Amino acid sequence: MSTNNGKPSRSSYDAIVIGGGHNGLTCAAYLAKAGRKVLVLERRHVLGGAAVSEEVHPGFTFSVCSYVVSLFRPHIIRELDLARHGLEIIPLECSFLPLPDGNSLARWADPERTRREIARFSPRDAEVYPEFGMAMSQLARFAKHVIDHPAPEPTSFNPRELFRLLRLGRALREFDADLRYLNFKLMTMSAVDFLDLWFESDVLKAPMAVSGIIGTFLGVRSPGTAYVLLHHYMGEIDGAFRAWGFCKGGTGRLSLAIASAARSYGAEILTSAPVERVLLDDGRATGVALANGDEISAKQIISGVDPRRTFLGMVGEEHLDGEFVEQIRRYKLRGSSGKVNLAVDRLPDFASRPGDGPHLRGDIAIAPGIDYLERAYDQAKYGAFSARPYLNVVIPSLVDPSVAPPGKHVISCFVQYAPYHIKEGPENWPQQREAFGDAVVSTLAEYCPGLEDSILHRQVLTPWDMEQEFGLTEGNIFHGELSLEQLLFLRPAAGWARYRTPVRDLWLCASGAHPGGGIMGSPGELAAKTLLKSGGA
Amino acid sequence: MPVPTPFHPRTSELCTSMFWKEWAGYYAVRSYDTCHEREYFAIRHAAGLIDVSPLQKYEVHGPDAAEFLSLVMVKNIRKLRAGRMTYLCWCDDDGKVMDDGTVGRLEADRYRVSSNGPSLAWLQRHAAPFRVRVEDISERIGALALQGPNSREILKQASSDADLDKLKFFRMTRAAIDGAGVWISRTGYTGDLGYEVWVERDDALRVWDAIIEAGKPYRIEPAGLDAMDVARVEAGFVLNGVDYFSAQRCLIDSRKSSPYEIGLGWTVNLDREPFIGQAALKREREEGSEWALVGLELDWDEYESLYDEFGLPPQVPAGAWRDPVPVYDERQQQAGQATSGAWSPILKKNLALATVRHPHKETGTPLRIEVTAEYQRRQITATVVETPFFDPERKRA
Repeated sequence: MSTNNGKPSRSSYDAIVIGGGHNGLTCAAYLAKAGRKVLVLERRHVLGGAAVSEEVHPGFTFSVCSYVVSLFRPHIIRELDLARHGLEIIPLECSFLPLPDGNSLARWADPERTRREIARFSPRDAEVYPEFGMAMSQLARFAKHVIDHPAPEPTSFNPRELFRLLRLGRALREFDADLRYLNFKLMTMSAVDFLDLWFESDVLKAPMAVSGIIGTFLGVRSPGTAYVLLHHYMGEIDGAFRAWGFCKGGTGRLSLAIASAARSYGAEILTSAPVERVLLDDGRATGVALANGDEISAKQIISGVDPRRTFLGMVGEEHLDGEFVEQIRRYKLRGSSGKVNLAVDRLPDFASRPGDGPHLRGDIAIAPGIDYLERAYDQAKYGAFSARPYLNVVIPSLVDPSVAPPGKHVISCFVQYAPYHIKEGPENWPQQREAFGDAVVSTLAEYCPGLEDSILHRQVLTPWDMEQEFGLTEGNIFHGELSLEQLLFLRPAAGWARYRTPVRDLWLCASGAHPGGGIMGSPGELAAKTLLKSGGA
Repeated sequence: MPVPTPFHPRTSELCTSMFWKEWAGYYAVRSYDTCHEREYFAIRHAAGLIDVSPLQKYEVHGPDAAEFLSLVMVKNIRKLRAGRMTYLCWCDDDGKVMDDGTVGRLEADRYRVSSNGPSLAWLQRHAAPFRVRVEDISERIGALALQGPNSREILKQASSDADLDKLKFFRMTRAAIDGAGVWISRTGYTGDLGYEVWVERDDALRVWDAIIEAGKPYRIEPAGLDAMDVARVEAGFVLNGVDYFSAQRCLIDSRKSSPYEIGLGWTVNLDREPFIGQAALKREREEGSEWALVGLELDWDEYESLYDEFGLPPQVPAGAWRDPVPVYDERQQQAGQATSGAWSPILKKNLALATVRHPHKETGTPLRIEVTAEYQRRQITATVVETPFFDPERKRA
């Protein structure tokens, strides 16, 4: 897979990208496409970072961490010609919510079918649902302006900054007053409060509210969680908003497609090449030192790892301004989720909707009520994983049979809450790993009797494992919580949201930079474009 | 009223959307579900099973079969060995295309011709001087296209008496499925790894059942014509009656096309014993063609900006379209017309097949295509690109 027998072909590059995750690779591909000599250094033996797929059990390919693709920018697919490099995204068909009482709710791409489903719980909600979707889609169009451009800097009088603000203002001005109020509410309210403005049925609100908490250490009733709901409406496949998909062959194939594109433009990519330090000379980044002692120099060093690891781990706080160090230290990572991947010899059979059917071909939420979700958070607040967690389950082998042997399946369970900071201390997670896995399986088995007997292999990832194995500090899947005070011109620190850092010639290009986490590719793309525009490298 | 195909008892049970169309006088499923998307993705990621029985099928046999077919077809069929199939077209005396299709050689002097439109009368008219019989077996033979990356594994499970691992692209073999004798050809209309299974009418249902049963672990899906239509645009395949018109059905000459003008020039073996249309095609080869079939890629940023003008998110066509739209050159002269197209869910590109005047056919030529957004007719850039748009290695591997 990697090239040059694990040795770089040159001693000096235009740019070195630290970390072969999807953003690092995207950044490298854009730089290489522009003719720069680029080297990507990945610590692990496989590429992808958290967007990785591995054959964990013979014949079964797990998308180990990240498991669905929605926000990946379509223009990146076109600009890097990723389809030619093997990227294929298959849309999810349905959102399915099994309930403990034998009832269930499925939301489909077909609005009429969805209306009928919701009407069984609330005829009123069934009609409000498309109105809500329309309002959110309008707001999402505004958000799209935000994620496709570098963050505006509100304190600057630079004409270019004013222009950026104006462009945003113009997008916002297209909204009528109601939408502007709504936008403000969305930014400030809790997911549940916001949904209460529209809906009455708990059964509908619970699975919708969870999109407000994914990856954050907040509950569905915590203020500030509403606006993350918008992310669900920004998922964009084929121009259609609100569509989520699986990457054929697993999420890792996305990373491999970007890597292949990067190589086709001439980038070099090395795996099993952990970077230990960023080399500095007179306050300027000049190269990197690998764990094996090798030093490689470059005009620009671009970090695809999270901000805390970059600055406090690879640069060293002694080289940084105290105020900046303080900001990076306070930057909230606090991972809150885990992952359980199952290889099974048959499809799970949901008691509330038995058999193989299209309801299994999307995402399946274990979120049977608002109180259930809030209770799950309560336990996490005091340093324990949820005994009955929120699960987001997908069975990618149903639509992409290449990831499991014929007739067998892989089940991916995203689990929240699994706080990094358990009361015993995060380093004690390994002792709780199996108990955590058991809690997840028994939670799911309450809805799918017989699930335990179908399991051929189980992979449990705690936030501790995500940190140790994937380098995600505190196990945060987004390189830092997506809360309002850590977004836009504040990500990762005030004044440093434009991919540059206080260290000259050191840049950030991953989820810890604007516009943040999720498989978007935007930080990598925008970092590369910003760097190229600045005349660097 | 259309008539049912041999697979109708199964397809009608599965077609819960009631979404049918007529194809050559038969009932054909457009999509089994209200939207064809799942069926499309099955073709690209697992396998789709498509009832293509409405294709016209002719059997040509007799000692002069090869001579006869070499006269009526643009390709030299004498060279075709047993167990092989070939794609080609046939022309009238003026070198204008009547239809495109396949010719397969079953045995030494036994061939099968399949095509979209009926060609029996035309074939029989030219058969007279030859020791050959042309028989219409369209009614007698049902046909299933099994297309997609898992199609080989599924057919291997479902069939016996054939080595499908060795069956190369455009080869055909006899096989048995659930005891029924069938012909399997490695052909299709999706540009993917795929096979077509040709079966006697009376055996149709057991063959359908056996393939579906074997396909379950491989996530087979019955697929309709809407899904296949998106796949065929991605594959850059022309469709008779859409991207060109059969010469025998054109009221005006300007509607007729030569093989060179619809991207099928490569199927013509020009320098050989006489064949129908040869003289005209030779002349065209020397003098140059007037038209060319090209692939177009519509500029996405312009498309998106156009919708943005109205405050709308870009709306891509839900399926393949086939209402022709004019295409212009940079001086606003009409360069030709786009005849079909689709949003490619795999490539994330808005694609079209177009017939343009010869000077515009070079790859990279920027043209303008008409797009209607919010009831307003506008133009955006569409660049000439190579076809097939999508050409996975597995197709030939």
